Amino acid sequence: MQEITAGWLVRVQAEDFDPGAHIAAMTTAGSGAVVSFVGIARDLSEGRQVGSLLIEHYPGMTERSLADILRQARERFGLLDGRIVHRYGILRPADRIVLAAAASVHREAAFDACRFLMDYLKTRAPFWKREEGPGGGQWVLARDADEAALARWSGEPDRTA
Amino acid sequence: MQVTVLYFARLREALGLGREQVDAPEGVRTMGQLRDWLVARGEPWSGAFAQVAPLRMAMDQEMVGADALLRAGAEVAFFPPVTGG
Repeated sequence: MQEITAGWLVRVQAEDFDPGAHIAAMTTAGSGAVVSFVGIARDLSEGRQVGSLLIEHYPGMTERSLADILRQARERFGLLDGRIVHRYGILRPADRIVLAAAASVHREAAFDACRFLMDYLKTRAPFWKREEGPGGGQWVLARDADEAALARWSGEPDRTA
Repeated sequence: MQVTVLYFARLREALGLGREQVDAPEGVRTMGQLRDWLVARGEPWSGAFAQVAPLRMAMDQEMVGADALLRAGAEVAFFPPVTGG
């Protein structure tokens, strides 16, 4: 697993997490902004009622991949702190799936980093969703829009903001 | 060379197999060639791989492309595009 210095955190777990507790843990000396994202399991997918969501993952590679994405965000945006928590297993609609959060001196870096974390984890972290519903189960397909979103991150970031 | 091959998600389901040890013959040097060699074994690999396109791959827990060179003893994985988050 990639080295994460104290204060940085990657968790891949079956259990639910408390976003407020994670955000509170991130207020660190010097930071003026903490931006967070929580991904939630939806109950409707392409018109189909979803009964439950199964999230499969590649143990070992998930932690490594998320740690690498976090390290890239830290270097690119000059973050003071960051964390990613991602669940796996069986989830129900309205359950929390993922937390991505970034702390920085000024808000621009934290907003951008949080988006970067999500754009990268949605296309690189080895999780796969399967939706179970009244009509049977099916694997969610990757969206072209997610891969296309990576294009916004090519080129040098503006670190002066 | 000996490698451990892992399969995930829809590919694992179609194969009915999550993991296997293989001894790839000498001509199999890249990840793409390994995939082709697995498919050439016939069912269930030929049918399963045909169902998953595009195919993603990893070696020793890093995403790699089809031209990545195999390493003896490596842990390799094949899977559909990821859908986490």
